[in-house]
Amino acid sequence: MADPMGGAGRLPAVFMTPGTSSFTDFLSQSAPHLLPGAQSGLPGPVTEVAHGTTIVAVTFPGGVIMAGDRRATQGHMIAQRDVEKVHHADDFSCVGYAGTAGVGAELIRLFQVELEHYEKIEGATLSLDAKANRLAAMVKGNLPMALQGLAVVPLFAGYDPDMDAGRIFSYDIAAAKSEERTYESIGSGSVFAKGSLKKLYRADQTQADAVRIAVEALYDAADDDSATGGPDTIRRLYPIVAAVTSDGYRRYGDDEVEPVVTAIIADRSTSAGG
Amino acid sequence: MTMPFGYASPEQQVRDKSEYARKGIARGRSVVVITYADGILFVAENPSATLHKISEIYDRIAFAAVGKYNEFENLRTAGIRLMDSRGYMYDRRDVTSRALANAYAQTLGAIFTESVKPYEVEIVVAEVGRSSDDDQIYRLTFDGSIADERGFVAIGGASDQVTTSLKEHHRDGQPLADALRVAVQALTVSVPPGLPQNGERVLTEANLEVGMLDRSRARRQFKRITGNALAELLAQTATSS
Repeated sequence: MADPMGGAGRLPAVFMTPGTSSFTDFLSQSAPHLLPGAQSGLPGPVTEVAHGTTIVAVTFPGGVIMAGDRRATQGHMIAQRDVEKVHHADDFSCVGYAGTAGVGAELIRLFQVELEHYEKIEGATLSLDAKANRLAAMVKGNLPMALQGLAVVPLFAGYDPDMDAGRIFSYDIAAAKSEERTYESIGSGSVFAKGSLKKLYRADQTQADAVRIAVEALYDAADDDSATGGPDTIRRLYPIVAAVTSDGYRRYGDDEVEPVVTAIIADRSTSAGG
Repeated sequence: MTMPFGYASPEQQVRDKSEYARKGIARGRSVVVITYADGILFVAENPSATLHKISEIYDRIAFAAVGKYNEFENLRTAGIRLMDSRGYMYDRRDVTSRALANAYAQTLGAIFTESVKPYEVEIVVAEVGRSSDDDQIYRLTFDGSIADERGFVAIGGASDQVTTSLKEHHRDGQPLADALRVAVQALTVSVPPGLPQNGERVLTEANLEVGMLDRSRARRQFKRITGNALAELLAQTATSS
């Protein structure tokens, strides 16, 4: 039988075999133990791990905004105050997650490499739908872990040059993918965030409006959900906000998010009803 | 002692294989890799806009090759797989061109010794450093030999003539436009077989493939220069000469 790792002192055969442009497929052959979800068969449900909470995404003409709160919880405790749950996926898309922090971070790391790997090998980027489908496959791979309590769901958003529009894709733990053209939220505070967005969303809003209502939706989620963190003005920890437009991915700096947060707090203080 | 029919001594075999590979590589067109103030520039004479000789490998690492397309494409893919695996397993900062050059050297060496037909390729692996002192350029030949080059390197085609021209005109810390002018000038010296010698050859954006590793860029530092951007840069080199 041929040695799958090739002869001594050269790159293993799996590296030299033409075929796949998918990093995940390649890794499943060369080093399957590195894939997320590979450690299935845990003795029992796992509960005492950190969870990430609320992510929102809002479209506006020509792009999409994604924002996430900064809290991670472990049972009733706050595990971390400055988590980053919204990430750059590639130059024209971003991804956030809610659920088990460890699994979510690993899933996003693999997804980032997956997109970059394809781009380098093929010399072209995947279509937005293909990126969303790749992410669905990864979520599906995590199903055994999800059933043992380590569930994670991503929220994916990007700019589609063919439509000149921002698009949002959400998933459940069994990887059912659904597209939203307006707004979407995932995580424990998503019910409240969606309620907020339902009233605030306007189809013709500007990018600045979209940032404002995304941050405001997180504010509303934090108001009613103990696992979602509100803006921490004392430590100056504000939601992570990212925009994807025809100019590509851009993460807002804290100095840009701070005035938005201040304005929301000022407005709420004058009319404390909502 | 009687020799079996068709016996060739190891020396003869190595000589034959080397000659075969060298001929194959010299048939193609050259590629120049040259440093400039803010990074490393890759210039290839390549009439195809889609079959690349220059490629991104990782954040600070790029690849250039000459010879048989299917063979160097195979190595390029393997390189991207290897570097992406390492970056995923460790961290993006732990991905180095030295590791890639070593893997290529060992692979090419093994193929040269074990296979009847060696790979007819020559490869450059370059990594841009934080400053020009940290720039690394490795040249790998068909038999797995590896050389650490400073400043510039030419592979494929009439690489000796190209190198002579580069040696004469290359200056450390030159601006981008100067580096491109030096590279294009050197490539013009090398006339691929089949074209009239001494004929005036003009290399334009239509038959040049240009890429660079720019240390001022964030994260992924490789960038292709194509179309209008390349035409503008070439026009700049004309006025600066």
